[in-house]
Amino acid sequence: MSRGVLATEKRGVRELGAEEKVGWDAVPQGVVLNSFDNILKENVSHVKPEDRDYSDFNSYTATVASWRVIKPVYNRDICIDCQNCWVWCPDTSIISRDKQMLGIDYDHCKGCGVCVEVCPTNPKSLLMFGEAQELEDALAMWPEKKKKAK
Amino acid sequence: MAITNIKNLKEFSTANERFEGAHLLCPGCAHSMIVRELMNATDDNLVIASNTGCLEVSTAVYPYTSWDTSWIHIGFENAATAASCAESMYKARKRKGTLPDPDAPVKFVAFGGDGSTYDIGFQWLSGAMERGHDFTYICLDNENYANTGGQRSSSTPIGAHTSTAQAGSESYGKTQRKKDMVAIMAAHGAPYVAQLSPNKWKIMAKGFQKALETEGPCFINTVSPCTTEWKFDPKDTIHLADLATDTLMFPVYEIINGTELNILYRPKNVIPVEEYLAAQGRYKHLFKPENKHVIERIQKDIDAKWEYLQRREEARV
Ligand SMILES: Cc1ncc(C[n+]2csc(CCOP(=O)(O)OP(=O)(O)O)c2C)c(N)n1
Ligand code: SF4
Ligand code: SF4
Ligand code: SF4
Ligand SMILES: [Mg+2]
Repeated sequence: MSRGVLATEKRGVRELGAEEKVGWDAVPQGVVLNSFDNILKENVSHVKPEDRDYSDFNSYTATVASWRVIKPVYNRDICIDCQNCWVWCPDTSIISRDKQMLGIDYDHCKGCGVCVEVCPTNPKSLLMFGEAQELEDALAMWPEKKKKAK
Repeated sequence: MAITNIKNLKEFSTANERFEGAHLLCPGCAHSMIVRELMNATDDNLVIASNTGCLEVSTAVYPYTSWDTSWIHIGFENAATAASCAESMYKARKRKGTLPDPDAPVKFVAFGGDGSTYDIGFQWLSGAMERGHDFTYICLDNENYANTGGQRSSSTPIGAHTSTAQAGSESYGKTQRKKDMVAIMAAHGAPYVAQLSPNKWKIMAKGFQKALETEGPCFINTVSPCTTEWKFDPKDTIHLADLATDTLMFPVYEIINGTELNILYRPKNVIPVEEYLAAQGRYKHLFKPENKHVIERIQKDIDAKWEYLQRREEARV
């Protein structure tokens, strides 16, 4: 797995609101924001995000990480790649490639906790921790398998 | 029409996303879950129109866009207008031979909230359906005007507290029932109409694919649990959608050509509506003894509607 998939050069590089402000009167009427720098020749659904030429107008280049107070941590050892977390994440922040869950996009995750709720493994393969928690320490304190209540 | 393989979730997850993060919808908002389930269900080029509401203002905060497709922002009433007019122009240019790539598959889609769909954009939507444009209209139904602070809409169910139909000593919240928009759209003779829910991702993706494949105007009402105005913990959005479909508060069904009704999901165990209501702050007051009659009324309405849907399904009329 290349680092390029989990964190690309263009992703989440700007804090929302920190970009240069342009007044309404400086914007031409009927302005079009292009999502990509070069009009893609190929249909964008056939290009993986890491291979796209995202423009500065694309919110992909911005981050909302500062919204989070808690964050999901992913434990690969237990994961069954069911993709529940992928389909229901409201912030396109579960990174899956070739039917495998690879990890979390911490630039766009808002810490809602939906992915943890829909994870079916026992113990869960995703758990919420405080934003400041080191990932390694979180993994070290992962709970044991829970016995089913009779 | 190129559709994504949705046989199972693993196949579905190989779709390349066209809806990007760092939009400003609330954590746990169902609007974006629904949008992702739709956009990932096809790899056709999409021309999308969104009118004002949470989805539109949160995904196009200048200088950003969260859309990797053609996307038109338009006034509160006019998602249907913009999508249907783009479709007309596309057809005209195709006829005149002025399209740069006439063979590229393109689909036209409109997104509107319930405020715009059930109330303010109602006549514009009705007009576009009647004119018979080849497009799909999707209502993100969170049963209130969420973007402006949770006012009642004609989609708000009876008994819900909203900022303009408040619960208190004099009132139990909204006193009128929810408008049946799915029936109204079916009555337009639309070739495909459905009510779908994001927790049932496969039925949802299939329904979207059907709508996109169908020529003519299609309408889909989607249940969109709103953590802020329904008042529940953001992590519970899918749980709320599960309760909505399994109490039959939101039955999942389609109507083809205005007559052929198919129930798409039958809960194994139908849950009493109390459980759905108790999970949301907007229904808290209904659990006071003096409001018990409202819960009974809601349950009665649900039972009657379910009976009606089943009979319609059987009768094929
Ligand atoms: C003609 C007009 N009236 C009022 C408004 C203010 N307004 C903006 S968004 C909104 C509420 C949208 O509600 P809904 O369509 O249900 O979408 P939601 O935000 O709930 O997703 C209102 C009233 C407007 N933009 N235009
Ligand atoms: S916490 Fe929410 S936003 Fe973050 S990855 Fe999980 S589902 Fe997505
Ligand atoms: S929901 Fe859990 S088990 Fe399924 S892919 Fe996500 S982390 Fe893995
Ligand atoms: S108010 Fe409701 S619909 Fe609007 S962004 Fe928040 S959760 Fe979503
Ligand atoms: Mg609404």
